[in-house]
Parts: sequence; C-alpha cells; structure tokens
Amino acid sequence: MSWFEAFAAKFHQCFVQDGRFANFMLSGLKVTLQITFSAAIISISLGSFLAIVRVTHDKNIAAMYPGSKRIALKAFNQLCKLCITVVRGIPMVVQLMIWFFVVFAASRNALGIAILAFGINSAVYTAEIVRAGIMSVDHGQTEAGRSLGLGYVHTMRFIILPQAFKNVLPALCNEFIVLLKDTAVVGYIALCDLTRGAYLIAGRTYEPFLPLVAAALIYLAMVIVLSKLFGKLERRLRTSDSH
Amino acid sequence: MKKTIVILLALLIPLSFTACGSSGNTLTMATDALFPPYEFYEGESIIGIDADIARLIAGKLGMELEIMDMDFEAIVGAVQTGKADMGMAGMAVTEDRLQNVNFSTSYATGIQVVIVRDDGPVQSLDDLFETGGFTVGVLTNTTGDIYTTWDLEDEGLATVERYMKSTDVLLALIAGKVDCMVIDDEPAKAYVADNPGLKILDTVYATEDYAICVAKKNTGLLDKINAALDELIADGSVQAVIDKYIKVD
Repeated sequence: MSWFEAFAAKFHQCFVQDGRFANFMLSGLKVTLQITFSAAIISISLGSFLAIVRVTHDKNIAAMYPGSKRIALKAFNQLCKLCITVVRGIPMVVQLMIWFFVVFAASRNALGIAILAFGINSAVYTAEIVRAGIMSVDHGQTEAGRSLGLGYVHTMRFIILPQAFKNVLPALCNEFIVLLKDTAVVGYIALCDLTRGAYLIAGRTYEPFLPLVAAALIYLAMVIVLSKLFGKLERRLRTSDSH
Repeated sequence: MKKTIVILLALLIPLSFTACGSSGNTLTMATDALFPPYEFYEGESIIGIDADIARLIAGKLGMELEIMDMDFEAIVGAVQTGKADMGMAGMAVTEDRLQNVNFSTSYATGIQVVIVRDDGPVQSLDDLFETGGFTVGVLTNTTGDIYTTWDLEDEGLATVERYMKSTDVLLALIAGKVDCMVIDDEPAKAYVADNPGLKILDTVYATEDYAICVAKKNTGLLDKINAALDELIADGSVQAVIDKYIKVD
C-alpha cells in the first residue's frame, strides 16, 4: 500500500467513517464558538464596567469631599480590585472546576457554567486592558471636555471612551484570541468542544495525529479570521486620524 | 564567524532531542497510573496488574522495565512515535484501533458496569434502554464511552457526558449531574465501597479484552512480547498476578 493510500485510509477512518468529523469536530466547533462569543460579550461588558469603576476612583477620589458617595466609590473600587485579584490569581481550569463542582454543584447546564466561567475570567483581563486604554488618553482631553461644560459622565462617554477604545483594540484582539484558545479546557467539565472532539476521534481510532492537526488548523483559521476582523475595525477607526 | 557558529549550534539543538528514545536494554511502558488495580502508585513506584505483568515480560526478555506515567490520551502517541515501546493501561482491543496500532495477546478481561445512586432514577439496564432520556457519565475514550455512544447516544436514548478523570464522573454522579456512570468494575467496586448511597447494577454493561499496544511498525517487539506473554499465561503467572490484585469473594 502506497503512502498516499495509507494516508487516505487513515483520513477516511478519522473523519468520514461513522460521520466522525461532523459528530465530534463540527459539533465541537459549535460549542467552542458558542462559549467564545457569549463569554466575549460578558467579558467586554463586565470588563468595561470594572475598568470604569477603577478609573473613576483613581481619577476623582482625591478631589471628592468626604461623604457617603466617597465611601461608596471607595468600597466599590476595593470590591472590583478584589475580584480582579482573585480571578486573575486562579488558573482557568481550576476556576472552571470550582464553578462546575462547587458553586453550581447541582446544575446540569455545563454550557452555561462554562460561558459564565470564561466570561468572568476574561472580563478581569479586559478590565485592565480597558483601564490602560482610558488612562492612556491625555488628561487634557478630560479638561477640554469639562471646560466645554460636559459633565464627568458625558466627557467619559463622548470624549474619552471612543479614543480609549481605539487604543485598546490590538490588546483586546489578543484577549479574545486567548479566550478562544482557552476554551480548549472545557473537556474537564464534560463538554465536547473542538479539542475534545479531536481527542474523542483519537481515542476511538488510536490515531492521534490527524485529528489533532485538523483541530489545530481549524483554531488557526478562526484566529486568522478574528485578527482580520479586528484589523479592519482598527483601520476604520483610524480613518479620522489624518484629519 | 560568530554568527555562523551560533547558527550551527542552533541547528544542533534538535539533534540533542533525538537521543532521548529508549535504548538497548530497557523496555519502556507508557501508562496512566490512576487506574487501580491495573496501575497505581504505592509510595514512589507504580504497581498493579499491568505493571506487574510488564515486569514479568521484561524479565522474560532479559530487559529492564521503565514505566512512563502520562495522561491516557498521550499513550498512543508516545507509542507510535517511539517515545515508549509499548502502552499498557487497561487498553481494550477494538477494530478501529487495530487499524493504527498492533495489540498483543489479551492478558485480562475487563468488565464495564453501571453505578447508580440508591435513590436515583436509573435502577436497571432496562430503565436506560427502554425508558430512555437519562444522562450517562463516562470516562472519555474508554470502552464505556464507545459503547454508550453507539448503544445509547446514537440511538437517541440518552445523553452521554464524557469526563476526563474517573473521579470527576463519580463527583458528577453524586452531585446528580448524571443519572448513572459506566466504568470498569474494579474501580467501580472501590468507589461504591467508599461512597454510601451508590450501588452497582447486577447486569454488566459489556466485557472487553485488555491487551498491550505496540506501534504498527514494531512487529519484532510484538512477536517477542507475545511469545513471553504466551509462556506467562501458560504457566499461570499472569493469573497469579490478577488473583493477587482482584480478590474473588
């Protein structure tokens, strides 16, 4: 049997026979994408919220008069800091297992738990990225906004955040790539994602190389598409820079 | 000049890895030592049915046995790439697997059983196959996984949840995330003994043959292992090892 025939036979066994590619890898890909997109939405909204609390505290606390508002902001800021420290300090797999076996021990919704776990984990990194972006906008922009009569919230919303968003896009793209690839550990809570799909084929056929290479190529393709999308968005947002 | 030397040295790096394979007089066995009584740690060393039989085979061949403990998923790759000479981890022979690796003569029979909660919804195999709609927990890529996928999931009778560690399936069963688990009977007995409220169903789910897996191209070693194994089975040594670990009551 020639090399090519042997390869074709292996390829058939791994991907065609019993509809393995569709049953394990494509359905796994669907789970990977579901978790990534839903977690990304949690990540960006919760992350921005954490970042804004942190920035609002750092920029304003010195100028605030003592009172209940100041105490509330301080407490909130400490809470956000605590969340970031705790979540950032625990490996993703351990977090996932804790959500699944400890916090939601009685729940059967593994997909929901995974989305929550990945969303929260990614959110704390996004929070720091967004915070860096806001801090990178020159203070003169805030002063300009305020002197034009805009309040703090409006200055943030219409002047600072749009500029910050543009600055953090490359880092945000990185974070989402990491998120996408991190989902490869959901096999630990019995979800069948793309990686697990590849392993299931490998374990059934005892042919580990083809399924793993196939999974690698699919991840690579997804990351390329994601980078391209972010690149496009970056260019679009930069068009105003030349004016 | 300096650059040339650096480049040459860089090119030499991969060469230093090629020398790591097993050499001369050692027989390297890849296993996942989390599977009593087939392989498990006692203190620093790995013992169990598989490990002890492997030592006997190595003895017959006049070789030194070296055990590499790794994740179950990595064993076949290690064997196929020559990082280990053979894989022995309660590996069951199936048609699909025979196309990519060779298996030795079978040295033991494994039994897949079903563990349920005393108060759980599944109380017999009939419940699983006739009532349907339950969630079954299995260990990824074991025969329990493969058979339940065919018999239950593909037929639309149950949802199969595949965990990566047998202890995680157990946790899921106790927490009620799954209604039953299908697993080898020996670990099952240990789990049921340790956890009140669980029981093993009387009807076994399936039986399987355990064998040693060897790379396709390494037929020389397969013949040697088979010859040694045949002698060890004939003189009762294999049975003695099995009896040592599995007490029949």
